[in-house]
Parts: sequence; C-alpha cells; structure tokens
Amino acid sequence: MMDWTAVILSVKLALVTQLFLLPPAIICARWLALTSFRGKPWIEGVLALPLVLPPTVIGYYLLVAMGGNSFLGRWFEVLFGQPLAFSFSGLVVASVLVNIPFAVQPAQRAFEAISLEVHEAAKCCGLTFWQTFHRIELPLAWPGILSAMMMTFAHTLGEFGVVLMVGGGIPGETQTLSISIYDRVQAFDFSSAGTMSLLLLVISLVTIAVSYGMVERLMRRRRSS
Amino acid sequence: MSLSLELRHNGPQLDFTAEIPKGQITALVGPSGSGKTSIIRAIAGLLKIKRARICLEGECWDDNRRHLPTRERSIGLVPQHHGLFPHLSVLGNVETSLSHLTSRDRRIRALECLSLAHVEELVGRHPHELSGGQRQRVALARAIARNPQVLLLDEPFSAIDRGMRKRLYLELRRLHTQLGNTVLLVTHDLDEAAQLASHLLLIDQGQLLQAGETTKVLTRPRNEQAAQLLDIPNVFEASLESSSSALSQLRWGPHTLHVSAAGLTGTGRVKFAVLPQNILLVKTDKPWGSHLENPIPTVVQDVVALGWEVLVLLEIKGNPEVQLQMRLPERAMRRYPIETGSEVIVCLRSSDIILLE
Repeated sequence: MMDWTAVILSVKLALVTQLFLLPPAIICARWLALTSFRGKPWIEGVLALPLVLPPTVIGYYLLVAMGGNSFLGRWFEVLFGQPLAFSFSGLVVASVLVNIPFAVQPAQRAFEAISLEVHEAAKCCGLTFWQTFHRIELPLAWPGILSAMMMTFAHTLGEFGVVLMVGGGIPGETQTLSISIYDRVQAFDFSSAGTMSLLLLVISLVTIAVSYGMVERLMRRRRSS
Repeated sequence: MSLSLELRHNGPQLDFTAEIPKGQITALVGPSGSGKTSIIRAIAGLLKIKRARICLEGECWDDNRRHLPTRERSIGLVPQHHGLFPHLSVLGNVETSLSHLTSRDRRIRALECLSLAHVEELVGRHPHELSGGQRQRVALARAIARNPQVLLLDEPFSAIDRGMRKRLYLELRRLHTQLGNTVLLVTHDLDEAAQLASHLLLIDQGQLLQAGETTKVLTRPRNEQAAQLLDIPNVFEASLESSSSALSQLRWGPHTLHVSAAGLTGTGRVKFAVLPQNILLVKTDKPWGSHLENPIPTVVQDVVALGWEVLVLLEIKGNPEVQLQMRLPERAMRRYPIETGSEVIVCLRSSDIILLE
C-alpha cells in the first residue's frame, strides 16, 4: 500500500531544496564559468565532493555539524526552539548540500558555453550588468539551468543514505519515500515496497526524460547559430 | 578632431600611438598576433590597458585617472564572428542596443537600421537561420543603432565567401557615406584595406610601423619590415655613389641606378624596394636607347599565370643571385610573349625606386 505521507514529504523536500539551492547555485555557476583564478580547481573539487563521498560519510559530518553540541545546532535551537538534526529543516540543509554538484555543474557548463563575443557584444550594446544577466546570460544558460533543476529534483526524491543519517526516518517529519520503501522491505511488506519503488522509478524516469527532451529542443534551436 | 590613441601594455605587447582621422574609414592592418584585436578591444573599453590614453574630440575615455565603461563610450562593434545573440530574433538583436529608448522608438529605430543594412525582411528570423552575409549585416545594423561616433569592425568579412565580400564592401562604403562616422576596420587583407579605407595603419608586434593615406602606404613602404608586411618582394641592397639636389646614384651589382631622392649623405649601404607592377618591360622591337630610365638586362627564369595577371621571375644579368619579380597584365603577355630562358630588358623608373629607412 502506498505511503502517501512519505510521497508528499519527498516532493515537498525536493521543491524546498530547489527553492533554497537554485539561486545561489546559479550565481556560483556563473562566477565559476566566467572567472579564472588559482584556487578554482579546489573550489570546484569541494563542490563536487558529494558525488564521490559515500552518503554515510556526508551524513556523519552533517550530523556532527547539526547536533546539539555544534554551533549551528545550538544557534538553530535558540532561534527556532527545536533541534536541527532529525527534523525536516535539517533534512533540507542536508539535501541542499548534497545536491550542490547536481545544480552547479550543468549551470556552469551552460554559462561557459556563452561565447566571449556575445558577452562583449552585450557590453557594446550599452547593457548594464543586470540587463546582460537577465536578457542575455540567463536565457542562453536556460537549458543548463533547466537540467540542473530536473537533476536536483530527481536526485532529492531518490536520496537515501544522507536522509537516513540526518533525518532518522521519523514518519511525517523525515521519512521520505526511499526510507519508507526500506522500512517496508525490513517489515517483509514487499507489495507496498514494490508499489512505491515503481512510483519512484516512473517519477525519476519521466523527470529525466522530460529534462533531456527540453534541453535537446532548446539546443537544437541554437545549435547552428 | 580625431580619435587619438596611446597604448602601452605587456601581454598582449602594445607600444602604439596613432591618430585616426574623423569621419574616414581607417584600416588597421597587420599579421595575426600583431595586436590589432587588442587595440580595437582597448578602444571599446573591453581590454583594460596598463598605460592608455584614448581620447575622442577632447573627451578622454581612458587616461591615468579614468577608464570609462564600454556602455558609456560612443562606439559600435562588429566582432569577427558577429556576436549575435542566438536566442533573439534579428529585430530583438538590434533592439537590445536601444534599451535607452521607449519600446515604440526602439522598434522604429531598429527597423530603420535594418533597412539601412538592407535586411529589413529578416526581422523575425533567428541568427541560426541566416547566411554569413546576412549575419554580418544584422551585426552592422546593431552596431550603428546607437548612432556611435566610432564604428569598430574586427575582421568582419573574414568568415564570408569572396563573392559576397565584394558586395558587402560596396554596402559598407555606401553606409559610411550616409552615416559619416569614424570607422576603424581591422583586417589582414591588403586588398580589403585598399578597397575600403582612405587611411591605413600598418602594425606589427604591437607597434605602429607606418600610417598615412592608404595608397601612399601601400606604394611607399617606409622600411624593410613594412615592405615585407605589404607583400613587396623586390627589396634589395645597393651602395650610394653620389647624391645631388634632385637625384641620387646607386651602385647595384654591375648596374648604376638613378633615384629621385635628394640629400642622401655618405657612401654606405642603402636598401631600396620596387613594386612588381612598377617594373617596365622594354619592347624588343622598339629600343629607346638613352631614353630608358635605369635599363637592366635580365633573363626570364619563370612565368606564372595568376588569372588576369602574370608573375615573371627575372634573373639580373651580371648579378645572378638577385631575383626580380615583375607583374604584367595578362593582355601584355599576349602582345609581347616572353618565355622561360628568353632575355628581356626591364627598366626601373627613378621615381619608382623607394629608398627604405
């Protein structure tokens, strides 16, 4: 049987993650694409760490950083009257951090693909920084940003290790769809686990296929220009 | 008043001072990597130069105290690959440079510029739907939209086929006659410079080699380096024999050359150049004897047909290590056929011998 609470929680987590992650990710991607400095590979390396580190390692560090003994944990508890670890807010923080490479990298590649001539033409057309950003750069980088959004959404829905470590799987609070599937399997309820797995599979496949399709269509329109 | 430039920079290396005359088309000519694009980018404010002074009619865009942002300079730029915004239509591309106007005025002015560039029928198309020539015209329409005092063209015809290029030359000249703004055209093509520009700046390794009216620069190189860049193959060394008030006399191997150059001093070595098209072939059936200026007996080494011209390689008699290149119209070859191995007399008019610094 379908755990709708977990489904709604997963979708909510994916959307809130997008909301907090995308604006800084776009700014960071643009900055990395258009500037060159000595320490850049180190910054790119740090941002890409979630791709290579085991989720348990990331989860462990996040748990330590959010715990009641940490500065962040204490500060959050004083401000909001509840602990950060094992809460939906903690899950959002973890999800945002884990998804950084999925948001930054496609957007960075898209900003890098804008030619220097186009940037310089925008300046010669009298555009200010913000006019250039929203009239030229953002529309041109849109396929990459769209790809970043879709990848982040799909990845958040399927995230397991970090969510389990930081959230603990509290029903209605931190128990996402993937954790609910794990719990159902532990309880030998393979029928429910199968239904929910199929749902996750369909959502992920549709999200990625739609994302690829839209990016391809946008790129085809611009390819020969 | 003109656009005056003083640029000193390391990486790219620039040590460049020049005046670009107002209301004229000036060509900036030099080999690849000579700093042409850096100069144009510095004028546009896209490249910050270590020590720069760029002033237009008394208003300084760059000096010790300030670096005016690109958007505040009265310039229009057509980059090498046109730099059109791929996501915007032709109309959108031109309108982008008119954001200071109201939406209605923007449309009117954009259509006016597209009409001037003869691409008004393309308004709804996107850059990827245009040919190279059409893109170039749209980029030109966008560059003139703000009515800039200085129009910068960075090798705008390099990506366009030859036939279309000739048509665009005519269009650019027509447009310039209509607008009358100062145009700086970057090119490495001497024919393009000759056809379009009234003034020419010859540059190499970031330094100005020669400046002046196009015809004068193309036909009177100042030194050997300039002659090389202008593709003049006949550069030789001779020794100065004497110099009077009107003429100087050079010893070139076994031959004596009279040169229209007064006031040369010393008896040292001098270098001189002769344009291949200024070498005159003496008709064998009608010798002029003493009327000939600097007659030189030669042997034809090779004859190379170049379409409407013929290149003749000549060995100087008595000076076999020197090879002279002569260009003749193809019809001259039909009247006076010459072939490899035949002996011909050529003459070098004293006024056509260019003494190099």
